Amino acid sequence: MRLEPISNPSLTRTIVPPLIALGSTVVIASLLAMIAGANPFSVLGLILKGAFGSKFAALETLNRATPLIFTGLSVAVAFRAKLWNIGAEAQLYAGAVVTVVLGTGALTLPPVALIPIIALMAMIAGAIVLLIPAILKTRFGVDEVVTTLLFNFIFLLFVSMLLEGPLKDPMGMGWPKSARLIPEARLPRIFPGLRLHWGFALAIIAAIVVWIIQKRTTLGYEMQAVGLNTEAARFAGIPVRTVLIKTALLSGGLAALAGFSEVAGLKGSLTLDLSPGFGYTGIIVAMLALLNPLAVIAAAFFVAGIFVGADSMSRAAGVPTYLADIMLATALLLMVLAILLTRFRIVRE
Amino acid sequence: MPTTDTAPVVLRLNAITKTFGKLTANDAVSFSLHKGEVIALLGENGAGKTTLMNILFGQYTADSGTVEVFGRNLPAGNPRAALSAGVGMVHQHFTLADNMTVLENIVLGTRPLWRPGFDRAGARARIEKLSADFRLRVDPDAKVGTLAVGERQRVEILKALYRDARILILDEPTAVLTPQETDDLFETLRKAVALGLSVVFISHKLHEVMAISDRVLILRHGKLISQVRTDQTDRKSLAALMVGAEVQAPEVQDISPGSALLKLTNVSTPDRGNAPGLKSVSLALRAGQIIGLAGVSGNGQAALAAMVGGLIRPASGQLDLDGHPPQSWSPKHAVHSGIARIPEDRHKIGTIADLDLTENAILECYRDAPFSRRGWMNWAKARTFTRQIIDTYDVRCPGPSTRIRLLSGGNMQKLILGRVLQPGPRIILANQPVRGLDIGAVTYVQNQLLQARARAAAILLISEDLDEIMALSDVIHVISEGRLSPAFKRGTMTPAELGVWMAGDGFERGAAIAP
Repeated sequence: MRLEPISNPSLTRTIVPPLIALGSTVVIASLLAMIAGANPFSVLGLILKGAFGSKFAALETLNRATPLIFTGLSVAVAFRAKLWNIGAEAQLYAGAVVTVVLGTGALTLPPVALIPIIALMAMIAGAIVLLIPAILKTRFGVDEVVTTLLFNFIFLLFVSMLLEGPLKDPMGMGWPKSARLIPEARLPRIFPGLRLHWGFALAIIAAIVVWIIQKRTTLGYEMQAVGLNTEAARFAGIPVRTVLIKTALLSGGLAALAGFSEVAGLKGSLTLDLSPGFGYTGIIVAMLALLNPLAVIAAAFFVAGIFVGADSMSRAAGVPTYLADIMLATALLLMVLAILLTRFRIVRE
Repeated sequence: MPTTDTAPVVLRLNAITKTFGKLTANDAVSFSLHKGEVIALLGENGAGKTTLMNILFGQYTADSGTVEVFGRNLPAGNPRAALSAGVGMVHQHFTLADNMTVLENIVLGTRPLWRPGFDRAGARARIEKLSADFRLRVDPDAKVGTLAVGERQRVEILKALYRDARILILDEPTAVLTPQETDDLFETLRKAVALGLSVVFISHKLHEVMAISDRVLILRHGKLISQVRTDQTDRKSLAALMVGAEVQAPEVQDISPGSALLKLTNVSTPDRGNAPGLKSVSLALRAGQIIGLAGVSGNGQAALAAMVGGLIRPASGQLDLDGHPPQSWSPKHAVHSGIARIPEDRHKIGTIADLDLTENAILECYRDAPFSRRGWMNWAKARTFTRQIIDTYDVRCPGPSTRIRLLSGGNMQKLILGRVLQPGPRIILANQPVRGLDIGAVTYVQNQLLQARARAAAILLISEDLDEIMALSDVIHVISEGRLSPAFKRGTMTPAELGVWMAGDGFERGAAIAP
């Protein structure tokens, strides 16, 4: 058997395999739920209900999707230029640390000035965190998969140190937890009374901005060219190193916004469990979205929906929450396969 | 040539058809090969020669049709069966392990993996006998990585003979050889047929086909359109059969060359792995002149092309542009200095396969107005520019937003030509500009180069095809192991004389006969 590229895939060919992948994911999850002793037919309904069935549930899903949009965009931007940023987690925490440092009283300005300043500084911090591996890659050829991945652990330990030391909340009764942000530094809610903060709007805007960068700017064109064929790009005179550095700055900044938005919009303070792996899940989001920034929004909803929905399903049906992880992993693997099938046909030799 | 029609048939192809998607690579091809016969499979690139041989050797499965070897049907899609039936194939790209010796490479895969012990002396004796019988000189204990290309090819042939091949298939074997090495290869093939082997020789070089074959089979667009006895035909009629129309060599008018636009003085660059760097190379590209760079591939052409194209800087020596060393030297500066660069590998370096025609057309000029301003792309202008190229250079494609991957090599090359020639360059670096193109496209590209010469562009033409070099160049240099021969004026050297230089023999006494 052999794969043969399809020159112009039809619409059916592009849509059907991903749908089958999603369907299969549900079937596999249902089977697992059955093994766990629940009624397999109710599982999908319970997940949907848990994720979108009520106003509260839907808002919870949107809140959960917010950091995933940021990290998903971060990964999508980097991967498109073939800069393998596995370190969105560290960049997220860098943004969170800056938010706490600046937002707990060090700066006192009205919200309209304070919030953008904090967001910008957070982005710069995240950008710097990814800049180091990017320079190591472009100057010395150090593999960024290794450096960015390992940086996650280093940075998490660094945050742990900060939370036990300089950033520790003196009123926190000994817990490793930062002080709370001052009200001026908090992201307000979009609609009064609804538990949805401006971080969500910012995420949507970020996705649109990234999309515009990719479609309309020379940088977007350069990133695309470098990602698709570095050698040809270099031959044509595209400054490959500079493009990779710019990509790293953008990618790191986007991931840092996830940390900023979680602290300033949702949690109000920094703890070590701020991110349950948003940085890594961002990779899944970006891959599901085929690295398209607008599709990242949809993919983030999907992933967040599974997390939130599976959470509530497991409580209702008495099935372990790990089912959510399995569903995501299955969805990702099947989706990768489905994407392959949209681009290639299998030929029997 | 001996008459072989009465000899027994050793190989017969019956109505082989193979399609790839919409492309029919082989369309009901049938022929037979007799004992002691050399047949040449002639056709342009893309005519289906290699596909046909891959089917014969079991690497592809035909959609329909059968292969018969010594009267027995060969199971489809099984190279091992083809091997044991006595079919040996020498591929265009060698399949040898560089870090092993010649002997190890030859016996590799002939012994069962689980059997310990190995009769090295026996294998050596056998290889030495084959070497002597077929005049394939090669040291069995040399590491393959240290061998020259011609020697590696001999190892490949020995490998096939060691497996008792009775039918040898050689896919474009002369593409990597000097004229002298080609003669040696022909000598070997004559020995082989004298010993009762049969040979299928794939080529698109007419004079070689005329020199070695008994019969010529001409493939065009996957169809076997003609079979002729070599002694009853000539080059011109073969060329006509191959492309379906009479071909004319380009006519070149004499122009007196102008000033040196780009000059290299004693330029050296370090070697890169197996690819030699430049060794104190001096060269001047003059307005209105085509300089042809002849040489066997992998002798420093890549380094020279990278130098002129702005990808590398001299490690020592000097590069002058219009009489001055440029302030900085990069692909960007090369393009801005008016250098048109036609790269050797149009699929991997010249274009980005998954970008569309527009995105590929502006690859070198996207920073400049009107294609972008202050970092914002103007795609409408870029598409207009691309449409212009498509019209002017006759790029056959569905439209400017087609992914370039879907274009044929010739159309891809036309887009690259348009991209680099549209701005009216002063210097043109044409690295293998017609390799792999059909004759129509070849003529087109060559005429474009001649037109550029007529409007006083300086052209460096790098090619492994000596005929092309000799037809187009005003001045010829030969490159061998990074060293550049003196300049030879048009018509002062024969192919054989150039071949001596290509083999690296002229250089020791080169200074004496420099013009």
